[in-house]
Amino acid sequence: MNAFNGRGVLAIYLFEMSRFNRTFWQSLVAPVITTSLYFIVFGAAIGSRMGELDGVHYGAFIVPGLIMLSVLTESLNNASFGIYLPRFTGTIYEVLSAPVSPFEMVLGYVGAATTKSMILGMVILATATLFVPLSIAHPFWMVAFLVLTAATFCLFGFILGIWANGFEQLQFVPMLVITPLTFLGGAFYSIDMLPGAWRTVSLFNPVVYLISGFRWAFYGTADVAVGVSLSATLGFFLACLGIVWWIFRTGYRLKN
Amino acid sequence: MRRAWPSPARAVPPILSIRALTKTYASGLQALKPVDLEIGKGEIFALLGPNGAGKTTLISIVCGIVTPTSGEVRVQGFDILKDYRETRARIGLVPQELHTDMFVTVWNTVRFSRGLFGKPADPAHLEKVLRELSLWDKRDDRIMTLSGGMKRRVLIAKALAHEPEILFLDEPTAGVDVELRRDMWALVRTLRESGVTIILTTHYIEEAEEMADRVGVISKGELILVEEKTALMKKLGKKQLTLHLQEPMAEIPAALVAWRLVLKNGGCELEYTFDARDERVGIPALLKRLGELGVEYRDLHTAQSSLEEIFVSLVSERR
Repeated sequence: MNAFNGRGVLAIYLFEMSRFNRTFWQSLVAPVITTSLYFIVFGAAIGSRMGELDGVHYGAFIVPGLIMLSVLTESLNNASFGIYLPRFTGTIYEVLSAPVSPFEMVLGYVGAATTKSMILGMVILATATLFVPLSIAHPFWMVAFLVLTAATFCLFGFILGIWANGFEQLQFVPMLVITPLTFLGGAFYSIDMLPGAWRTVSLFNPVVYLISGFRWAFYGTADVAVGVSLSATLGFFLACLGIVWWIFRTGYRLKN
Repeated sequence: MRRAWPSPARAVPPILSIRALTKTYASGLQALKPVDLEIGKGEIFALLGPNGAGKTTLISIVCGIVTPTSGEVRVQGFDILKDYRETRARIGLVPQELHTDMFVTVWNTVRFSRGLFGKPADPAHLEKVLRELSLWDKRDDRIMTLSGGMKRRVLIAKALAHEPEILFLDEPTAGVDVELRRDMWALVRTLRESGVTIILTTHYIEEAEEMADRVGVISKGELILVEEKTALMKKLGKKQLTLHLQEPMAEIPAALVAWRLVLKNGGCELEYTFDARDERVGIPALLKRLGELGVEYRDLHTAQSSLEEIFVSLVSERR
Protein backbone atom coordinates (compact mmCIF):
# COMPACT_ATOMS: atom_id res chain seq x y z
CA MET A 1 0.00 0.00 0.00
CA ASN A 2 1.37 3.39 -0.99
CA ALA A 3 2.08 6.11 1.54
CA PHE A 4 -0.46 8.31 -0.24
CA ASN A 5 -3.83 6.96 -1.34
CA GLY A 6 -4.27 9.16 -4.40
CA ARG A 7 -7.03 6.98 -5.80
CA GLY A 8 -8.91 7.34 -2.53
CA VAL A 9 -8.61 11.13 -2.65
CA LEU A 10 -9.72 11.13 -6.30
CA ALA A 11 -12.70 8.88 -5.48
CA ILE A 12 -13.91 11.29 -2.77
CA TYR A 13 -13.21 14.31 -4.98
CA LEU A 14 -15.08 12.91 -8.00
CA PHE A 15 -17.94 11.70 -5.82
CA GLU A 16 -18.37 15.20 -4.40
CA MET A 17 -18.06 16.81 -7.81
CA SER A 18 -20.74 14.48 -9.16
CA ARG A 19 -23.04 15.73 -6.40
CA PHE A 20 -22.30 19.26 -7.67
CA ASN A 21 -23.41 18.13 -11.14
CA ARG A 22 -26.55 16.50 -9.77
CA THR A 23 -27.49 19.72 -7.97
CA PHE A 24 -26.47 22.02 -10.83
CA TRP A 25 -29.43 24.40 -10.41
CA GLN A 26 -29.01 24.71 -6.67
CA SER A 27 -25.21 24.89 -6.72
CA LEU A 28 -24.52 27.18 -9.64
CA VAL A 29 -27.54 28.64 -11.36
CA ALA A 30 -29.29 29.89 -8.20
CA PRO A 31 -26.28 31.89 -6.91
CA VAL A 32 -25.68 33.34 -10.38
CA ILE A 33 -29.29 34.48 -10.67
CA THR A 34 -29.17 35.97 -7.16
CA THR A 35 -25.94 37.82 -7.94
CA SER A 36 -27.36 39.08 -11.22
CA LEU A 37 -30.29 40.52 -9.28
CA TYR A 38 -27.83 42.32 -6.98
CA PHE A 39 -26.13 43.82 -10.03
CA ILE A 40 -29.45 44.93 -11.47
CA VAL A 41 -30.67 46.48 -8.21
CA PHE A 42 -27.46 47.86 -6.67
CA GLY A 43 -25.36 48.21 -9.77
CA ALA A 44 -27.76 49.55 -12.38
CA ALA A 45 -30.78 50.96 -10.52
CA ILE A 46 -29.14 52.43 -7.40
CA GLY A 47 -25.56 52.53 -8.62
CA SER A 48 -26.42 54.78 -11.55
CA ARG A 49 -27.49 57.47 -9.05
CA MET A 50 -24.32 57.15 -6.98
CA GLY A 51 -20.93 58.59 -7.58
CA GLU A 52 -17.67 56.74 -7.69
CA LEU A 53 -16.17 55.06 -4.62
CA ASP A 54 -12.39 55.16 -4.35
CA GLY A 55 -12.37 56.15 -8.01
CA VAL A 56 -14.37 53.10 -9.04
CA HIS A 57 -17.89 53.06 -10.52
CA TYR A 58 -20.28 51.77 -7.82
CA GLY A 59 -21.48 48.88 -9.96
CA ALA A 60 -17.89 47.69 -10.40
CA PHE A 61 -17.04 48.51 -6.75
CA ILE A 62 -19.48 45.91 -5.40
CA VAL A 63 -18.23 43.11 -7.70
CA PRO A 64 -15.51 41.78 -5.32
CA GLY A 65 -17.92 41.93 -2.38
CA LEU A 66 -20.63 40.08 -4.28
CA ILE A 67 -18.18 37.40 -5.39
CA MET A 68 -17.01 37.03 -1.79
CA LEU A 69 -20.60 36.85 -0.53
CA SER A 70 -21.34 33.94 -2.86
CA VAL A 71 -17.97 32.22 -2.38
CA LEU A 72 -18.13 32.38 1.42
CA THR A 73 -21.71 31.15 1.59
CA GLU A 74 -21.30 28.41 -0.99
CA SER A 75 -17.96 27.28 0.44
CA LEU A 76 -19.61 26.79 3.82
CA ASN A 77 -22.69 25.13 2.33
CA ASN A 78 -20.81 22.78 -0.01
CA ALA A 79 -18.17 21.66 2.46
CA SER A 80 -20.47 21.35 5.45
CA PHE A 81 -23.09 19.43 3.46
CA GLY A 82 -20.41 17.25 1.86
CA ILE A 83 -19.29 15.81 5.19
CA TYR A 84 -22.57 16.15 7.10
CA LEU A 85 -24.59 14.12 4.57
CA PRO A 86 -22.53 10.91 4.96
CA ARG A 87 -22.67 11.41 8.73
CA PHE A 88 -26.44 11.84 8.55
CA THR A 89 -27.04 8.87 6.23
CA GLY A 90 -24.42 6.69 7.91
CA THR A 91 -22.35 6.22 4.75
CA ILE A 92 -19.39 7.78 6.58
CA TYR A 93 -18.60 4.24 7.79
CA GLU A 94 -17.10 3.50 4.39
CA VAL A 95 -14.67 6.42 4.40
CA LEU A 96 -13.68 5.76 8.02
CA SER A 97 -13.00 2.09 7.29
CA ALA A 98 -11.03 2.81 4.10
CA PRO A 99 -7.23 3.13 3.95
CA VAL A 100 -7.58 6.90 3.75
CA SER A 101 -5.67 9.21 6.10
CA PRO A 102 -7.34 12.23 7.70
CA PHE A 103 -5.28 14.49 5.41
CA GLU A 104 -6.46 12.59 2.32
CA MET A 105 -10.05 12.71 3.52
CA VAL A 106 -9.88 16.48 4.02
CA LEU A 107 -8.10 16.87 0.68
CA GLY A 108 -10.91 15.02 -1.11
CA TYR A 109 -13.85 16.75 0.58
CA VAL A 110 -12.38 20.24 0.95
CA GLY A 111 -10.66 20.05 -2.44
CA ALA A 112 -13.97 19.32 -4.17
CA ALA A 113 -15.79 22.04 -2.22
CA THR A 114 -13.03 24.54 -3.02
CA THR A 115 -13.23 23.65 -6.71
CA LYS A 116 -16.98 24.23 -6.69
CA SER A 117 -16.52 27.61 -5.00
CA MET A 118 -13.82 28.59 -7.49
CA ILE A 119 -16.07 27.67 -10.39
CA LEU A 120 -18.89 29.68 -8.84
CA GLY A 121 -16.62 32.67 -8.21
CA MET A 122 -15.38 32.63 -11.79
CA VAL A 123 -18.90 32.29 -13.20
CA ILE A 124 -20.09 35.26 -11.11
CA LEU A 125 -17.08 37.25 -12.26
CA ALA A 126 -17.97 36.43 -15.87
CA THR A 127 -21.60 37.38 -15.16
CA ALA A 128 -20.46 40.69 -13.68
CA THR A 129 -18.73 41.64 -16.93
CA LEU A 130 -22.16 41.56 -18.58
CA PHE A 131 -23.36 44.35 -16.27
CA VAL A 132 -20.37 46.53 -15.46
CA PRO A 133 -16.98 47.35 -17.01
CA LEU A 134 -14.33 45.48 -15.06
CA SER A 135 -10.58 45.66 -14.75
CA ILE A 136 -8.35 43.52 -12.59
CA ALA A 137 -5.21 45.29 -11.36
CA HIS A 138 -3.53 42.23 -9.82
CA PRO A 139 -4.87 39.05 -11.52
CA PHE A 140 -2.45 36.76 -9.66
CA TRP A 141 -3.47 38.12 -6.27
CA MET A 142 -7.11 38.07 -7.28
CA VAL A 143 -6.85 34.32 -7.94
CA ALA A 144 -4.68 33.82 -4.84
CA PHE A 145 -7.20 35.58 -2.57
CA LEU A 146 -10.05 33.64 -4.16
CA VAL A 147 -8.32 30.27 -3.68
CA LEU A 148 -7.24 31.05 -0.14
CA THR A 149 -10.64 32.36 0.89
CA ALA A 150 -12.50 29.47 -0.73
CA ALA A 151 -10.16 26.88 0.83
CA THR A 152 -10.37 28.55 4.24
CA PHE A 153 -14.16 28.70 4.30
CA CYS A 154 -14.41 25.17 2.91
CA LEU A 155 -12.27 24.04 5.84
CA PHE A 156 -14.56 26.05 8.11
CA GLY A 157 -17.54 24.38 6.44
CA PHE A 158 -15.95 20.95 6.96
CA ILE A 159 -15.67 21.74 10.67
CA LEU A 160 -19.27 22.94 10.69
CA GLY A 161 -20.43 19.74 8.98
CA ILE A 162 -18.72 17.63 11.64
CA TRP A 163 -19.99 19.79 14.50
CA ALA A 164 -23.61 20.03 13.33
CA ASN A 165 -26.10 17.58 14.76
CA GLY A 166 -28.95 18.59 12.50
CA PHE A 167 -29.81 20.50 9.34
CA GLU A 168 -30.84 23.52 11.41
CA GLN A 169 -27.37 23.78 12.93
CA LEU A 170 -25.92 23.29 9.47
CA GLN A 171 -27.81 26.34 8.18
CA PHE A 172 -27.28 28.42 11.32
CA VAL A 173 -23.75 29.67 10.67
CA PRO A 174 -24.09 30.55 6.94
CA MET A 175 -27.47 32.26 7.39
CA LEU A 176 -27.08 33.97 10.74
CA VAL A 177 -23.34 34.61 10.92
CA ILE A 178 -21.63 34.71 7.52
CA THR A 179 -24.30 36.58 5.53
CA PRO A 180 -24.63 39.42 8.09
CA LEU A 181 -20.85 39.66 8.50
CA THR A 182 -20.44 39.90 4.71
CA PHE A 183 -23.11 42.58 4.38
CA LEU A 184 -21.49 44.50 7.23
CA GLY A 185 -18.00 43.73 5.98
CA GLY A 186 -17.93 46.24 3.16
CA ALA A 187 -19.47 44.17 0.37
CA PHE A 188 -21.55 47.15 -0.77
CA TYR A 189 -19.55 50.07 0.66
CA SER A 190 -16.14 51.14 1.84
CA ILE A 191 -15.82 51.02 5.60
CA ASP A 192 -14.15 54.43 5.30
CA MET A 193 -17.70 55.70 4.68
CA LEU A 194 -18.73 54.66 8.22
CA PRO A 195 -18.58 56.97 11.25
CA GLY A 196 -15.37 56.55 13.28
CA ALA A 197 -16.78 54.30 16.02
CA TRP A 198 -18.53 51.97 13.57
CA ARG A 199 -15.39 51.81 11.43
CA THR A 200 -13.47 50.59 14.50
CA VAL A 201 -16.18 48.03 15.23
CA SER A 202 -16.01 46.86 11.61
CA LEU A 203 -12.33 46.09 11.98
CA PHE A 204 -13.35 43.25 14.33
CA ASN A 205 -15.29 41.69 11.47
CA PRO A 206 -12.94 39.16 9.77
CA VAL A 207 -14.85 39.37 6.50
CA VAL A 208 -13.72 43.02 6.15
CA TYR A 209 -10.17 41.78 5.57
CA LEU A 210 -11.25 39.22 2.97
CA ILE A 211 -13.28 41.69 0.95
CA SER A 212 -10.73 44.45 1.33
CA GLY A 213 -7.87 42.28 0.11
CA PHE A 214 -9.95 40.92 -2.76
CA ARG A 215 -11.04 44.42 -3.78
CA TRP A 216 -7.41 45.55 -3.70
CA ALA A 217 -6.60 42.80 -6.23
CA PHE A 218 -9.25 44.28 -8.54
CA TYR A 219 -8.76 48.03 -8.16
CA GLY A 220 -5.56 48.56 -6.17
CA THR A 221 -7.45 50.29 -3.33
CA ALA A 222 -8.35 48.78 0.02
CA ASP A 223 -9.96 49.59 3.35
CA VAL A 224 -7.11 47.93 5.23
CA ALA A 225 -3.53 47.23 4.18
CA VAL A 226 -3.32 44.26 1.83
CA GLY A 227 -0.64 42.62 3.98
CA VAL A 228 -3.00 42.72 6.95
CA SER A 229 -5.78 41.20 4.81
CA LEU A 230 -3.51 38.43 3.64
CA SER A 231 -2.26 37.72 7.15
CA ALA A 232 -5.79 37.65 8.57
CA THR A 233 -6.95 35.22 5.87
CA LEU A 234 -3.89 33.01 6.36
CA GLY A 235 -4.40 33.12 10.11
CA PHE A 236 -8.00 31.97 9.78
CA PHE A 237 -6.88 29.22 7.36
CA LEU A 238 -4.29 27.96 9.86
CA ALA A 239 -6.82 28.12 12.71
CA CYS A 240 -9.25 25.98 10.69
CA LEU A 241 -6.43 23.53 9.88
CA GLY A 242 -5.63 23.28 13.58
CA ILE A 243 -9.26 22.52 14.47
CA VAL A 244 -9.48 19.87 11.72
CA TRP A 245 -6.26 18.30 13.05
CA TRP A 246 -7.80 18.21 16.52
CA ILE A 247 -11.01 16.66 15.17
CA PHE A 248 -9.14 13.75 13.63
CA ARG A 249 -6.82 13.37 16.59
CA THR A 250 -9.73 13.04 18.99
CA GLY A 251 -12.25 11.51 16.58
CA TYR A 252 -14.70 14.25 17.60
CA ARG A 253 -18.16 13.31 16.28
CA LEU A 254 -16.54 11.02 13.73
CA LYS A 255 -15.37 8.08 15.81
CA ASN A 256 -16.55 6.78 19.15
CA MET B 1 -18.55 -29.90 0.51
CA ARG B 2 -18.34 -28.42 4.00
CA ARG B 3 -15.00 -28.65 5.65
CA ALA B 4 -14.33 -28.59 9.34
CA TRP B 5 -12.02 -25.90 10.57
CA PRO B 6 -8.98 -27.11 12.48
CA SER B 7 -8.77 -26.51 16.21
CA PRO B 8 -7.53 -23.16 17.55
CA ALA B 9 -4.10 -24.68 18.00
CA ARG B 10 -3.69 -24.64 14.23
CA ALA B 11 -0.28 -24.30 12.62
CA VAL B 12 -1.40 -21.61 10.12
CA PRO B 13 -0.87 -18.07 11.47
CA PRO B 14 -4.17 -16.30 12.09
CA ILE B 15 -5.36 -13.72 9.57
CA LEU B 16 -6.97 -11.79 12.45
CA SER B 17 -5.54 -11.70 15.94
CA ILE B 18 -7.21 -9.85 18.81
CA ARG B 19 -5.45 -9.53 22.15
CA ALA B 20 -6.92 -8.10 25.36
CA LEU B 21 -9.15 -5.74 23.41
CA THR B 22 -11.33 -3.44 25.47
CA LYS B 23 -13.65 -0.57 24.72
CA THR B 24 -15.21 1.82 27.19
CA TYR B 25 -17.32 4.58 25.67
CA ALA B 26 -17.29 8.14 26.94
CA SER B 27 -20.62 7.43 28.67
CA GLY B 28 -18.79 4.92 30.86
CA LEU B 29 -20.37 1.91 29.18
CA GLN B 30 -17.85 -0.91 28.98
CA ALA B 31 -18.79 -2.39 25.62
CA LEU B 32 -15.89 -4.84 25.50
CA LYS B 33 -14.13 -6.50 28.39
CA PRO B 34 -10.72 -7.91 27.51
CA VAL B 35 -11.39 -9.96 24.38
CA ASP B 36 -8.95 -12.44 22.85
CA LEU B 37 -9.72 -14.06 19.55
CA GLU B 38 -7.93 -15.57 16.57
CA ILE B 39 -9.47 -16.16 13.18
CA GLY B 40 -7.81 -18.38 10.59
CA LYS B 41 -7.57 -17.64 6.89
CA GLY B 42 -10.51 -18.95 4.91
CA GLU B 43 -12.59 -19.52 8.02
CA ILE B 44 -16.25 -18.65 8.44
CA PHE B 45 -16.65 -17.40 11.99
CA ALA B 46 -20.04 -16.55 13.46
CA LEU B 47 -20.24 -14.14 16.36
CA LEU B 48 -23.45 -14.60 18.27
CA GLY B 49 -24.82 -12.44 21.01
CA PRO B 50 -27.90 -10.56 22.15
CA ASN B 51 -28.45 -6.89 21.36
CA GLY B 52 -25.85 -4.67 22.99
CA ALA B 53 -23.48 -7.57 23.62
CA GLY B 54 -20.58 -5.84 21.85
CA LYS B 55 -20.64 -7.56 18.44
CA THR B 56 -20.79 -4.39 16.34
CA THR B 57 -18.29 -2.63 18.61
CA LEU B 58 -15.81 -5.45 18.06
CA ILE B 59 -16.27 -5.35 14.29
CA SER B 60 -16.14 -1.56 14.20
CA ILE B 61 -12.81 -1.51 16.05
CA VAL B 62 -11.22 -3.98 13.64
CA CYS B 63 -12.51 -1.95 10.68
CA GLY B 64 -11.26 1.37 12.07
CA ILE B 65 -14.62 2.99 12.79
CA VAL B 66 -14.33 2.85 16.57
CA THR B 67 -11.16 3.55 18.53
CA PRO B 68 -10.20 0.84 21.02
CA THR B 69 -9.57 1.74 24.65
CA SER B 70 -6.78 -0.81 25.04
CA GLY B 71 -5.49 -4.01 23.53
CA GLU B 72 -4.12 -4.99 20.18
CA VAL B 73 -5.65 -6.06 16.88
CA ARG B 74 -3.53 -7.42 14.04
CA VAL B 75 -4.59 -8.30 10.51
CA GLN B 76 -2.08 -10.57 8.81
CA GLY B 77 0.45 -9.32 11.33
CA PHE B 78 -0.27 -5.64 10.70
CA ASP B 79 -1.44 -3.46 13.58
CA ILE B 80 -4.82 -1.80 12.91
CA LEU B 81 -3.65 1.53 14.34
CA LYS B 82 -0.04 1.80 13.17
CA ASP B 83 -0.49 0.04 9.83
CA TYR B 84 -4.09 1.05 9.19
CA ARG B 85 -3.60 1.31 5.43
CA GLU B 86 -2.42 -2.29 5.23
CA THR B 87 -5.15 -3.65 7.47
CA ARG B 88 -8.09 -1.68 6.06
CA ALA B 89 -7.13 -2.51 2.48
CA ARG B 90 -7.62 -6.18 3.38
CA ILE B 91 -11.02 -5.75 5.01
CA GLY B 92 -14.49 -5.35 3.56
CA LEU B 93 -17.43 -4.39 5.75
CA VAL B 94 -21.14 -4.89 5.20
CA PRO B 95 -22.82 -2.82 7.91
CA GLN B 96 -25.96 -3.78 9.72
CA GLU B 97 -27.93 -0.72 8.64
CA LEU B 98 -28.71 0.07 4.98
CA HIS B 99 -26.26 2.97 4.72
CA THR B 100 -26.21 3.97 1.06
CA ASP B 101 -26.13 7.17 -0.94
CA MET B 102 -29.63 7.02 -2.38
CA PHE B 103 -29.02 9.30 -5.37
CA VAL B 104 -26.06 7.42 -6.80
CA THR B 105 -26.29 4.60 -9.34
CA VAL B 106 -25.25 1.07 -8.42
CA TRP B 107 -22.31 1.18 -10.81
CA ASN B 108 -21.01 4.50 -9.53
CA THR B 109 -21.23 3.49 -5.90
CA VAL B 110 -19.22 0.28 -6.38
CA ARG B 111 -16.70 2.16 -8.53
CA PHE B 112 -16.39 4.73 -5.72
CA SER B 113 -15.80 1.99 -3.15
CA ARG B 114 -13.01 0.42 -5.19
CA GLY B 115 -11.28 3.76 -5.70
CA LEU B 116 -11.65 4.69 -2.03
CA PHE B 117 -9.67 1.61 -1.08
CA GLY B 118 -6.87 2.62 -3.43
CA LYS B 119 -7.47 -0.01 -6.08
CA PRO B 120 -7.11 0.79 -9.79
CA ALA B 121 -10.28 0.74 -11.86
CA ASP B 122 -11.27 -2.78 -12.88
CA PRO B 123 -14.65 -2.80 -14.64
CA ALA B 124 -14.37 -6.57 -15.26
CA HIS B 125 -14.14 -7.29 -11.53
CA LEU B 126 -17.00 -4.95 -10.71
CA GLU B 127 -19.11 -6.60 -13.42
CA LYS B 128 -18.33 -10.02 -11.93
CA VAL B 129 -19.34 -8.88 -8.45
CA LEU B 130 -22.55 -7.30 -9.70
CA ARG B 131 -23.46 -10.37 -11.74
CA GLU B 132 -22.84 -12.67 -8.77
CA LEU B 133 -25.20 -10.54 -6.71
CA SER B 134 -27.82 -10.32 -9.48
CA LEU B 135 -27.26 -6.57 -9.66
CA TRP B 136 -25.86 -6.29 -13.17
CA ASP B 137 -29.23 -5.42 -14.69
CA LYS B 138 -29.64 -2.72 -12.04
CA ARG B 139 -26.24 -1.13 -12.55
CA ASP B 140 -27.62 2.11 -13.98
CA ASP B 141 -30.44 2.39 -11.45
CA ARG B 142 -30.26 4.82 -8.59
CA ILE B 143 -30.03 3.05 -5.24
CA MET B 144 -33.18 4.82 -4.03
CA THR B 145 -35.21 2.89 -6.61
CA LEU B 146 -34.09 -0.53 -5.34
CA SER B 147 -35.88 -2.78 -2.87
CA GLY B 148 -34.48 -3.36 0.62
CA GLY B 149 -33.04 -6.71 -0.41
CA MET B 150 -31.36 -5.19 -3.44
CA LYS B 151 -29.88 -2.42 -1.28
CA ARG B 152 -28.44 -5.09 0.98
CA ARG B 153 -26.84 -6.69 -2.09
CA VAL B 154 -25.42 -3.29 -3.08
CA LEU B 155 -23.74 -3.02 0.32
CA ILE B 156 -22.18 -6.44 -0.20
CA ALA B 157 -21.05 -5.44 -3.69
CA LYS B 158 -19.43 -2.30 -2.27
CA ALA B 159 -17.63 -4.36 0.36
CA LEU B 160 -16.35 -6.76 -2.30
CA ALA B 161 -15.38 -4.07 -4.82
CA HIS B 162 -11.80 -3.84 -3.56
CA GLU B 163 -11.29 -7.62 -3.34
CA PRO B 164 -10.93 -7.91 0.46
CA GLU B 165 -9.32 -10.89 2.13
CA ILE B 166 -11.56 -10.57 5.19
CA LEU B 167 -15.24 -9.82 4.91
CA PHE B 168 -17.24 -8.65 7.91
CA LEU B 169 -20.96 -9.21 7.61
CA ASP B 170 -22.84 -7.44 10.40
CA GLU B 171 -26.28 -9.02 10.53
CA PRO B 172 -26.20 -9.63 6.76
CA THR B 173 -29.66 -11.12 6.38
CA ALA B 174 -31.58 -8.98 8.84
CA GLY B 175 -34.91 -8.17 7.25
CA VAL B 176 -34.34 -9.99 3.98
CA ASP B 177 -36.58 -12.66 2.53
CA VAL B 178 -35.84 -16.36 2.59
CA GLU B 179 -34.76 -16.49 -1.05
CA LEU B 180 -32.24 -13.71 -0.65
CA ARG B 181 -31.00 -15.26 2.56
CA ARG B 182 -30.31 -18.51 0.73
CA ASP B 183 -28.60 -16.58 -2.09
CA MET B 184 -26.36 -14.85 0.43
CA TRP B 185 -25.42 -18.10 2.08
CA ALA B 186 -24.46 -19.46 -1.32
CA LEU B 187 -22.42 -16.33 -2.00
CA VAL B 188 -20.63 -16.62 1.33
CA ARG B 189 -19.66 -20.20 0.54
CA THR B 190 -18.40 -19.15 -2.89
CA LEU B 191 -16.32 -16.40 -1.29
CA ARG B 192 -14.86 -18.83 1.19
CA GLU B 193 -13.94 -21.18 -1.63
CA SER B 194 -11.98 -18.29 -3.17
CA GLY B 195 -10.05 -17.87 0.10
CA VAL B 196 -11.95 -15.00 1.70
CA THR B 197 -12.23 -15.15 5.48
CA ILE B 198 -15.73 -14.36 6.66
CA ILE B 199 -16.76 -13.06 10.05
CA LEU B 200 -20.46 -12.61 10.54
CA THR B 201 -22.64 -11.49 13.36
CA THR B 202 -26.16 -12.70 13.35
CA HIS B 203 -29.31 -13.09 15.36
CA TYR B 204 -30.31 -15.95 13.10
CA ILE B 205 -28.74 -18.94 14.76
CA GLU B 206 -29.85 -20.95 11.77
CA GLU B 207 -27.45 -18.84 9.74
CA ALA B 208 -24.50 -19.68 11.97
CA GLU B 209 -25.54 -23.30 12.11
CA GLU B 210 -25.76 -23.39 8.32
CA MET B 211 -22.49 -21.67 7.48
CA ALA B 212 -20.02 -21.24 10.31
CA ASP B 213 -16.94 -23.30 10.97
CA ARG B 214 -16.57 -21.81 14.43
CA VAL B 215 -18.90 -19.95 16.69
CA GLY B 216 -18.13 -17.28 19.24
CA VAL B 217 -20.67 -16.21 21.82
CA ILE B 218 -20.39 -12.73 23.23
CA SER B 219 -22.43 -11.45 26.14
CA LYS B 220 -22.09 -8.13 27.98
CA GLY B 221 -18.83 -7.42 26.20
CA GLU B 222 -17.29 -10.71 27.15
CA LEU B 223 -16.43 -13.47 24.73
CA ILE B 224 -17.76 -16.34 26.77
CA LEU B 225 -17.14 -19.12 24.32
CA VAL B 226 -15.30 -19.85 21.08
CA GLU B 227 -15.73 -23.30 19.72
CA GLU B 228 -15.99 -25.24 16.50
CA LYS B 229 -19.64 -25.39 15.66
CA THR B 230 -19.87 -29.14 15.36
CA ALA B 231 -17.84 -29.66 18.53
CA LEU B 232 -19.98 -27.12 20.33
CA MET B 233 -23.16 -28.86 19.38
CA LYS B 234 -21.65 -32.19 20.30
CA LYS B 235 -20.44 -30.90 23.65
CA LEU B 236 -23.38 -28.83 24.71
CA GLY B 237 -26.20 -30.19 22.64
CA LYS B 238 -28.94 -32.01 24.49
CA LYS B 239 -30.82 -34.89 22.95
CA GLN B 240 -34.31 -35.96 23.79
CA LEU B 241 -36.01 -39.28 23.30
CA THR B 242 -39.80 -39.16 23.39
CA LEU B 243 -41.82 -42.34 23.71
CA HIS B 244 -45.51 -42.22 22.78
CA LEU B 245 -47.08 -44.76 25.12
CA GLN B 246 -49.86 -47.19 24.23
CA GLU B 247 -51.52 -46.61 27.61
CA PRO B 248 -51.26 -43.48 29.75
CA MET B 249 -48.96 -43.85 32.74
CA ALA B 250 -50.00 -42.49 36.14
CA GLU B 251 -46.51 -42.22 37.54
CA ILE B 252 -43.02 -43.20 36.65
CA PRO B 253 -42.13 -46.62 38.04
CA ALA B 254 -39.39 -46.67 40.65
CA ALA B 255 -37.36 -48.97 38.43
CA LEU B 256 -36.96 -46.10 35.93
CA VAL B 257 -35.77 -43.44 38.37
CA ALA B 258 -32.15 -43.69 37.17
CA TRP B 259 -33.12 -42.24 33.76
CA ARG B 260 -34.80 -39.12 35.25
CA LEU B 261 -37.76 -39.46 32.92
CA VAL B 262 -40.54 -36.89 32.63
CA LEU B 263 -44.16 -37.71 32.00
CA LYS B 264 -45.91 -35.39 29.58
CA ASN B 265 -49.17 -34.94 27.74
CA GLY B 266 -51.33 -36.46 30.44
CA GLY B 267 -49.05 -39.42 30.92
CA CYS B 268 -49.15 -40.37 27.24
CA GLU B 269 -45.54 -39.38 26.55
CA LEU B 270 -42.38 -40.32 28.33
CA GLU B 271 -39.46 -37.96 27.77
CA TYR B 272 -35.85 -38.86 28.34
CA THR B 273 -33.28 -36.03 28.08
CA PHE B 274 -29.65 -36.98 27.79
CA ASP B 275 -26.33 -35.37 26.98
CA ALA B 276 -25.16 -36.06 23.44
CA ARG B 277 -21.52 -36.10 24.58
CA ASP B 278 -22.21 -38.81 27.10
CA GLU B 279 -21.29 -42.11 25.55
CA ARG B 280 -23.38 -44.01 28.08
CA VAL B 281 -26.70 -42.51 27.12
CA GLY B 282 -28.55 -45.60 28.27
CA ILE B 283 -31.22 -45.79 25.56
CA PRO B 284 -30.85 -49.53 24.96
CA ALA B 285 -30.98 -50.17 28.69
CA LEU B 286 -34.03 -47.93 29.06
CA LEU B 287 -35.91 -49.67 26.25
CA LYS B 288 -34.97 -53.06 27.67
CA ARG B 289 -36.21 -52.08 31.12
CA LEU B 290 -39.47 -50.70 29.67
CA GLY B 291 -39.96 -54.05 27.95
CA GLU B 292 -39.35 -55.87 31.22
CA LEU B 293 -41.92 -53.65 32.96
CA GLY B 294 -44.45 -54.29 30.21
CA VAL B 295 -44.60 -50.65 29.19
CA GLU B 296 -45.53 -50.56 25.51
CA TYR B 297 -45.09 -47.65 23.17
CA ARG B 298 -46.47 -47.10 19.70
CA ASP B 299 -43.89 -44.57 18.45
CA LEU B 300 -40.70 -42.86 19.43
CA HIS B 301 -38.60 -39.98 18.13
CA THR B 302 -35.42 -38.18 19.07
CA ALA B 303 -34.54 -34.48 18.79
CA GLN B 304 -31.25 -32.63 19.19
CA SER B 305 -31.03 -29.11 20.59
CA SER B 306 -30.27 -26.46 17.99
CA LEU B 307 -27.47 -23.94 18.15
CA GLU B 308 -30.13 -21.43 19.10
CA GLU B 309 -31.05 -23.39 22.21
CA ILE B 310 -27.38 -23.75 23.07
CA PHE B 311 -26.91 -20.01 22.60
CA VAL B 312 -29.90 -19.13 24.77
CA SER B 313 -28.70 -21.53 27.41
CA LEU B 314 -25.19 -20.04 27.44
CA VAL B 315 -26.35 -16.45 27.57
CA SER B 316 -29.00 -17.07 30.22
CA GLU B 317 -26.42 -18.81 32.40
CA ARG B 318 -24.46 -15.54 32.40
CA ARG B 319 -27.40 -13.41 33.42
